[in-house]
Amino acid sequence: MSTVDLGFPGLNGVPAADGPQNRKEFVSDQEVRWCPGCGDYAVLAAFQSFLPELGVKRENIVMVSGIGCSSRFPYYLSTYGVHSIHGRAPTIATGLAVTRPDLNVWVITGDGDALSIGGNHLIHTMRRNVNLKILLFNNRIYGLTKGQYSPTSERGKVTKSTPMGSVDTPFNPISLALGAEAKFVARTIDSDRKHLTEVLRAAAAHRGTAFVEIYQNCPIFNDNAFDAIKDPKTRDDAIIPLRHGEPIRFGKDGRLGVVRDPSGTGRMSVVEVATLPNGEADLVVHDAHHEDSAYAFALSRLTGGGVLKQAPIGIFRSVQRQVYDDLVREQVATAKSQQGEGDLQSLVTGSDTWTVTA
Amino acid sequence: MTIEVKQLDRVVIRFAGDSGDGMQLTGDRFTAETASFGNDLSTLPNFPAEIRAPAGTLPGVSSFQLHFADHDILTPGDAPDVLVAMNPAALKANLRDTPRGATLIVDTADFTDRNLKRVGYQANPLETGELEAYHVVPLNLTGMTIESVKEYGLTRKDASRAKNMYALGLVSWLFQRPVESTISFLETKFASKPDIRDANIAAFRAGYNFGETAEEFSVRYEVKPAKMPPGTYRNISGNLALAYGLIAGSKLSGRQLFLGSYPITPASDVLHELSKHKRFGVVTMQAEDEIAGVGAAIGASFGGGLGVTTTSGPGLSLKSEAIGLAVMLELPLIVCDIQRAGPSTGMPTKTEQADLLQVLYGRNGEAPLPVLAAQSPSDCFEIAIEAARIALTYRTPVIVLSDGYLANGSEPWKVPDIASLPAIDPKFTTEPNATDDKGAPVYHPYQRDPKTLARDWAIPGTPGLDHRIGGLEKEDRTGNVSYDPANHDLMVRTRQAKIDGIARTIPPVEVDDPTGDAKVLVLGWGSTYGPIGAGVRRVRKVGGTIAQAHLRHLNPFPDNLGEVLKRYDKVLVPEMNLGQLAMLLRAKYLVDVVSYAQVRGLPLGAAELARVIGNLVEETAGIDADARHLGAAAANLPHGEGILTNGNGKAPTQKESAR
Repeated sequence: MSTVDLGFPGLNGVPAADGPQNRKEFVSDQEVRWCPGCGDYAVLAAFQSFLPELGVKRENIVMVSGIGCSSRFPYYLSTYGVHSIHGRAPTIATGLAVTRPDLNVWVITGDGDALSIGGNHLIHTMRRNVNLKILLFNNRIYGLTKGQYSPTSERGKVTKSTPMGSVDTPFNPISLALGAEAKFVARTIDSDRKHLTEVLRAAAAHRGTAFVEIYQNCPIFNDNAFDAIKDPKTRDDAIIPLRHGEPIRFGKDGRLGVVRDPSGTGRMSVVEVATLPNGEADLVVHDAHHEDSAYAFALSRLTGGGVLKQAPIGIFRSVQRQVYDDLVREQVATAKSQQGEGDLQSLVTGSDTWTVTA
Repeated sequence: MTIEVKQLDRVVIRFAGDSGDGMQLTGDRFTAETASFGNDLSTLPNFPAEIRAPAGTLPGVSSFQLHFADHDILTPGDAPDVLVAMNPAALKANLRDTPRGATLIVDTADFTDRNLKRVGYQANPLETGELEAYHVVPLNLTGMTIESVKEYGLTRKDASRAKNMYALGLVSWLFQRPVESTISFLETKFASKPDIRDANIAAFRAGYNFGETAEEFSVRYEVKPAKMPPGTYRNISGNLALAYGLIAGSKLSGRQLFLGSYPITPASDVLHELSKHKRFGVVTMQAEDEIAGVGAAIGASFGGGLGVTTTSGPGLSLKSEAIGLAVMLELPLIVCDIQRAGPSTGMPTKTEQADLLQVLYGRNGEAPLPVLAAQSPSDCFEIAIEAARIALTYRTPVIVLSDGYLANGSEPWKVPDIASLPAIDPKFTTEPNATDDKGAPVYHPYQRDPKTLARDWAIPGTPGLDHRIGGLEKEDRTGNVSYDPANHDLMVRTRQAKIDGIARTIPPVEVDDPTGDAKVLVLGWGSTYGPIGAGVRRVRKVGGTIAQAHLRHLNPFPDNLGEVLKRYDKVLVPEMNLGQLAMLLRAKYLVDVVSYAQVRGLPLGAAELARVIGNLVEETAGIDADARHLGAAAANLPHGEGILTNGNGKAPTQKESAR
């Protein structure tokens, strides 16, 4: 059984496909049942097109989801899949990944599933750094339960359960992931297929937990939530593009950029490049491999907490650290090599016995 | 002075002290000495949930009771013949359980005014004469310990900590226990601290020699080894047996054992134990919570492993939804509930069996699953293997019930021959098992074996059989999501029929009715096996006629159970809950079961059960309440657990009594 070596350490141990695969092979026979115009369609299409690129056996890919609109995702892919219970997908995926190093395991979740009911599992999966790829579809609303506010909805959001406006402070998923010690943290957009695919590729390549927030529009309950970054008239000024090794500069004619607070607080802010004494040379040059997560955290804070006006898009952080499931298997291998394979008879007999003779 | 040696057939000894005094360790060591000597034995550790409750207080008292005998015994004993009390609190807390005439070995060092007042003694009970009815041996154990370890230069505090070993040495002398294993145990345990090691060994030896030379004791006791079937024996606790049984289930099925677990009393020792056995390929994951523990186990099972989660009542409540998912996914999963006194946090270190209805019915929807209950510490081994067999054969979650008493209690165990255990075949599906509309071969994940109704199970990595399963209702055979009314009805009934059908593969319930004409049946489940058996022996010893049976399978019940129940005029069901099995039997078999329900956080007592059984036997025979004597006679038997014959007219063997 050959395994993949495409510079994708995230896939080490997963058997390679016998030959090239195409998108159609990954489309299941199930009718897709999302609402017309749902952002999930775009993500599904991009994902189905991307999967052949991995070059691994289709039967060694597993999609694990929780509950919510996005969690129907596994039904539409002809891979192995589990549509589990609310918030618990990371736990199931962890047990699977630890015991089956030959599988490429993806977790599909949403802002309610991952950040509300499943918040605990999400953070612990990231701190352990299990080799899972987590795609969080963030539409900032509860869709399947018909329109209540979610943990990423902006304060003041008027919904069925908050007629006078939500008084909750929302999570910033990127900040949360970084605080939970995630080693690969990215954000992308449902409608930008090229960028979405790039991020998926990088996530698959990463060994360890890859956390990807996908801004995804819900046309029924929270339409236009991401207009600022989608509308051709506003998006140039709204998307803060993160490209490793490049100064963070954007806006019409590159008029905007990201700088560090000169007083050394570590805060970052968006300024007009023209106002900077040294122009582009004063801008932050993006370093996704920065040792200290405080750097990526400062970037994540450029996302507004209210109605979305501006947001960094791209890979915030990508650093390689020890991976939970690899370490667990290593301990098993070490125990076997140091003590030899276990012998059950001698285990149950133990060392303190006595004999009764007839 | 010559020391008389007195023969006894059985002794119950209890060590009691502060939670920091090492009473559990002392009890464990005395147990190991007793086991290697060849007595039959049964133990009952009893300790507070607080790790170090305030010293010298009643809530801080920790105790360890051991019953050992020259014959087959079933319980740790109702009341101690010998109480070793390391301080006034230990004396006070345990005296009410100790019958007059018992021996009290008391460490007098802590009997100061202040300590006495603290536990409510106005005057020193060793001096007031209130203990006249006991054989009191007051000794300054702490002082003598400090004296005996002087040469090691320890602080007074460190030196006094060896007093438990001094007491153990003394009691080991009194009952003629072999001491080598304790000395080698201490050498290993304190290998890295030579001073402490030498002091403990010195204290242990000094205690032993004190018995030999001092004049406090004119009698030593001898309890001869028990007659047991030939074989190799070891001592084993319930949690250890459970861990070994799970590894055995993994080996027999060739499935990797994955334990997802969150620490909880009294289940944590299973996690601790399994985490030591990585060389068996065992993976243990200390999860972030109870739900993650079971979730990860389900994930491992989806991948073809043997997923296990261990917990106690409060944790089981949290796992309910995930267990329901496993019912729906029809994947193997073993959930071990080591029950403790509830509700809520309840009494974490005390035993109870009040989770029965929760494990049977504590899930949304119709979510049937098999439930097994171990009846003795060593039985946990076989129950775990049985759980693995059922889980893998039927693709179903299985709940194993144990409890705090079985988990921490121990008994001698005839070591099984592993090679003789039957293999478990998970029978994975590797080829298409159906055809689609166009006649092309396909895999249908909910296609079933017509006999067992187990679904065809293909694991990830199997080419051509990729499929998606989930918590939504599935169409029969294809497993596609379905909201069809008739299909849902079919699937609910099919899942139920699958579990009900397991009854065909479990042994019928066997009744022990030596005379064959008993009118009353005592039926129990789980850890009440020992106390019920001991109570039954007492009643028979005073001439009562009584039948006994015990359930290890709580769902489904053995096929012949209804017929057995109807054979008797009365069925008595003793339980450590408010009558949960009794309710199930009444509902299912329309039998007017007599429930005997006690929830004190302690195992049922043999004498109390003897009284209840004896009374019911006479009541059933039409004897008026004021003319009944059987129960009282059986309860008052001083040595109630004598050897008795089973239905075949021969003494029950250890192996049989563990059934």
